[in-house]
Amino acid sequence: MRWWDLQRNFNHTTIVTIEKVVDETPTVRTLYFSDDVMSNVLPGQFAMVWIPGVNELPMSVMISKETGKAAFTVRKHGLASTGLFNIKSGEKIGIRGPYGNAFDIKEGNLLLVGGGTGLVPMMRLLTHVKPTDNVTLLIGAKSQEEVFFESLANELLKNNPHKVIVCTDDGSYGEKGFVTDIVEKLVNESHFDGVYTCGPEKMMYKTVQSAHSKGIFVQASLERMMKCGVGICGSCCVGEDLVCKDGTIFDGNHLSQNKEFGFTHRNKAGILEDY
Amino acid sequence: MEPSLVTNIGKIQLDKPAMLASGILGISLDVFNRLYRSGAGAVVTKSLSNEPWEGYPNPTIFSVDGGGWMNAVGLSNPGASNFAKMIEPNQDVPIMVSLVGSIPEDFATMINEFKNCNVTAFELNLSCPHVAKVGLEVGDDPELVKQIVTTVKNSTNVPVIAKVGLGTTHYLNTVKTAIDSGIDAITAINTVRAMAIDVETQRPILSNKFGGLSGTPIKPIALRCVYEISSKYDIPIIGCGGISTWEDAIEFFLAGASGIQLGSAIGDNWINVFDDINKGILQYMTKKNYSTINEMVGLAKKF
Repeated sequence: MRWWDLQRNFNHTTIVTIEKVVDETPTVRTLYFSDDVMSNVLPGQFAMVWIPGVNELPMSVMISKETGKAAFTVRKHGLASTGLFNIKSGEKIGIRGPYGNAFDIKEGNLLLVGGGTGLVPMMRLLTHVKPTDNVTLLIGAKSQEEVFFESLANELLKNNPHKVIVCTDDGSYGEKGFVTDIVEKLVNESHFDGVYTCGPEKMMYKTVQSAHSKGIFVQASLERMMKCGVGICGSCCVGEDLVCKDGTIFDGNHLSQNKEFGFTHRNKAGILEDY
Repeated sequence: MEPSLVTNIGKIQLDKPAMLASGILGISLDVFNRLYRSGAGAVVTKSLSNEPWEGYPNPTIFSVDGGGWMNAVGLSNPGASNFAKMIEPNQDVPIMVSLVGSIPEDFATMINEFKNCNVTAFELNLSCPHVAKVGLEVGDDPELVKQIVTTVKNSTNVPVIAKVGLGTTHYLNTVKTAIDSGIDAITAINTVRAMAIDVETQRPILSNKFGGLSGTPIKPIALRCVYEISSKYDIPIIGCGGISTWEDAIEFFLAGASGIQLGSAIGDNWINVFDDINKGILQYMTKKNYSTINEMVGLAKKF
């Protein structure tokens, strides 16, 4: 790290220029930029990303193969994410952070379960596993055209004993059905030293239940409506936990005590809504 | 005698003097319980309106170089009715309900929503600097302040606090109007209207352009206001604005506040800040041989 990185106020927005945009699927893009701080964040950490004139939203920090670079992988969904999706090479965005805690990466047999852009922290986690770890990655997607990061995962794991299993809801690619059914099958059949998940909440809830009920160490990275990212506004609370400050990563022990995880989230006004 | 953190803010008695300021973290009863366990004497809720409000789009919060925060969250809140249902099970936590509205009837309706709740006080937000038709625009209108305070006082037996800020009407006039209309205490001050511009993209950062400045940069201003109010009027005061250490807390007591509120300090130091401040106050009291907070209140005014 250079001296000016140490001087940087992590809560202050830094402007970066998007250098490359890659279409992952018709609705998902990865935007690459140069930033030493973001290139070195821990698996699971996020940044608050400002799209000038549009909005600011929390984004898990995607890896880049190039030193000193990082990326955001975004699915166009609402106003903010569509705004980020539409940013072109050469345009500027603001970033602050990194925020949040990181996955506690165990050694041995690891199971990673990612759905959609929840694969982003999983990719960074793959760059932190030991060569001796046996890694199984489950990728969940709606259909074949929404599958991404499969070849990247295989490449990152080329020196490890590993398996990358894709499943699609409609069976158009890989196995047919929900990843959570495969999780349940896998934890019944084999021993795992750690299970890590990020993606749709129902997927994470079932994954946590399957692993935790077997006494397996499991962590999930939660997503909530987030405004400040620094523990002031309270928008991202889940029960008594603040996702931005206490998380975004929580372990199975903690989550199994939380009444809201898997069932409810708060909208922009702070009203509880069912998943 | 062992020093005690119990404080009396007029009719309001709290076990500890440091409260969570309005607008911070305040949307879940579980979080309120956690803050109370962490050493908060009371929690002030987000300012509630008659209807749910989504607030402004992000960016809503900005970290100021050199310290402090700027925000224009836009008073996002689930609405008084939803909120009252959420806190109905509350038994333990002293909750002060912050209310925001444009006309006296708004406040009367909202207070009625809380009839089944255990509420320690109502705090009227007469000073939010970044939402039109409420907050400072109300606080700047003496006739409206009089009508609102009078209506609220007639609607409840729970103590009522007015939170004032620096608007276009001199805040001391707003304080006087509130006192004349029967207010029980004053919270001073709210955030100070401010802005930030990004030099690279050359545009205002907050989506609302203007926001409220909080944190250490406004502490000396808030302290001056508390001192001025306590010098001029005989009214219990809660100090708010940039308090982040026990020394800050003592300063506000000496200026005339019998309670304090924290907000930005939580963004900087997280919720351990309550415990740190409580311990520091107790050590100071032992050293100076005080047994109650109220013995210190306003001591700096004799000079």
